[in-house]
Amino acid sequence: MSHLPLLVPVVYLVFSLLSVLGGLWRRSLGYALALVGAGVCVPLALWGLFQALSQGRIRYALGGWPPPFGIEYVLDPLAGLLCALIATIGLVVLVYARWSVAREVPEKAPLLYPVALLLLSGLTGIVVTGDLFNLFVFLEIASLSAYALLATGRGLAPLAAFRYLMMGMIAGSFYLLGVGFLYFSTGSLNMADVAERLEPLAGSRAVAAAALLMALGLGLKMALFPLHLWLPDAYTYAPSAVTGLIAPVMTKVAGYALIRLTLDVFGPAYMTERVPLLPVVGWLAAGGILVGSVMAIAQTDFRRMLAYSSVGQVAYVALGLGLGNPMGLVGALLHTLNHAFMKGCLFLVAGGVFYREGVTEVPHYAGLGRTMPWTMAALTVGAVGMIGIPPTAGFFSKWYLVLGALDARNWVFVGVILVSSLLTAVYFFRVLEQVYTAPRPADMPAAPHSDPPLGMLVPILVLGAGVLVLGLINSLIVTHVLQRVAAPLAGG
Amino acid sequence: MLEDFAGRYPYFLTAALLVLGLYGMLAKRNLFKQVIGMTIFQTAIFLFFIQGAAKWGGTVPVLDPARGTDPAQYVNPLPHVLILTAIVVGVANTGVALALLYTIHRRFGTLDEARILEKAKGEH
Repeated sequence: MSHLPLLVPVVYLVFSLLSVLGGLWRRSLGYALALVGAGVCVPLALWGLFQALSQGRIRYALGGWPPPFGIEYVLDPLAGLLCALIATIGLVVLVYARWSVAREVPEKAPLLYPVALLLLSGLTGIVVTGDLFNLFVFLEIASLSAYALLATGRGLAPLAAFRYLMMGMIAGSFYLLGVGFLYFSTGSLNMADVAERLEPLAGSRAVAAAALLMALGLGLKMALFPLHLWLPDAYTYAPSAVTGLIAPVMTKVAGYALIRLTLDVFGPAYMTERVPLLPVVGWLAAGGILVGSVMAIAQTDFRRMLAYSSVGQVAYVALGLGLGNPMGLVGALLHTLNHAFMKGCLFLVAGGVFYREGVTEVPHYAGLGRTMPWTMAALTVGAVGMIGIPPTAGFFSKWYLVLGALDARNWVFVGVILVSSLLTAVYFFRVLEQVYTAPRPADMPAAPHSDPPLGMLVPILVLGAGVLVLGLINSLIVTHVLQRVAAPLAGG
Repeated sequence: MLEDFAGRYPYFLTAALLVLGLYGMLAKRNLFKQVIGMTIFQTAIFLFFIQGAAKWGGTVPVLDPARGTDPAQYVNPLPHVLILTAIVVGVANTGVALALLYTIHRRFGTLDEARILEKAKGEH
């Protein structure tokens, strides 16, 4: 079906509007409509992925205007995979959000769900668009929704969201400026068309400036070290459900946009030799992995620790891209999937503990292994995945990243990946030690609480199981999707 | 040197505005002044696109029988259309920023970044 590329973002957009209207009439109707929208999109996205795998690229000209004059939407295996990932995480977190939001920010619930759908619409739009300017518009739709969602939290949340808005604005503007340079050099905005017209322009300084500005903007959006300063505060103060939705996919989609630009617009050879941006991205990522892990060790707040850990983990994606070889890119994309499940699972666990106990500090997690066995089992699986112990998914993405680093004969990167796994083990074993061996602290009620309600527990367990399932079927994903995506890098 | 400048002054002006906006966003401690910096920064990019579309002797992009269909006779309409969209995005950004400032002011009673952090510490 040729309308497939556009379907998922549009369905989100329509249900977002319906959810606002329904929510005005009856509160529960707004939530129900949001849930239906998110539910409809999962099979659509999965169907899109299978169609893209069997037919190759599905192209759709918006409004019947043929590209390069009109806006084009492209669903290839990579876009299909990301779309399915975003839709799945979106549905799981929306199911979870009902209890979590009712406990943390009940007064904001009627507008939180439509904005969450708007965010999903923006993210899936970024993934499927084949037009550089359209990507900017979707990026801003997603970012604006994210600011609004993050600002609903406690304490300093509005200030954190405001700082994020400033950084996001600078990032979006740099990207737009880059699009301007590209447009005035090539006269086109369609990605495939621009790629063709760029070939004779390889030496142009304007094109080099465009590549630099766009990479800078997307690096800022994906919180690539040292541009990550906005992230920890934004993730720490937001409601659990919001962080659970934004942390797994938002920065990863900016990373996806950078991968898309490298592969389909500028070309990997241009980005490694003519304008050596990919090596720079790789080295910054190596720094980010270490800084994120060390900062995570220094935190006592569980959610803040996860936020710093996100800085390190998203840098793995950048590192894989920076290697510029197929193995590295396979590792980066596999890590995008894994980290979405792992970090989503861990942030939802944090929300579950907050729901029952009202605490976020790691020492307060002491003894929870006995009172919340299922939640803590999910936390253990997520932590084991983050450290990278087989058979969880985290092991395989790091494995491919190490293979990629060996291919590039970059021993420093191999060392960074190994050292950061040890650092990750340090901060997660500290949590696990509290959970399973430490006695219950005296200042907490001794009455045994149980796992959070089923509406929260099931999403937590689904994501936890996802970490294991992804690990078990990783070879399927790698051979059927990722190696095809990474194939262009083999020649260059 | 002077000729170089004459040919490229739109770029220099854009760059100057960008730097001015960035300075406002990153160096000012009052959040409202940061929003003003943000607006200047956005406008610089709008102007950059508009100057890229301009042509000597070009007219509005509506087909004029006297001028024919030669594209050199008309100003490029696409950057204007893009910038209309970008302005809408910019307005949305500014609107969200002002709404956040309103929330911050209601919660902390000030828009000075240092004093907000002080007050937030006092609450714990």
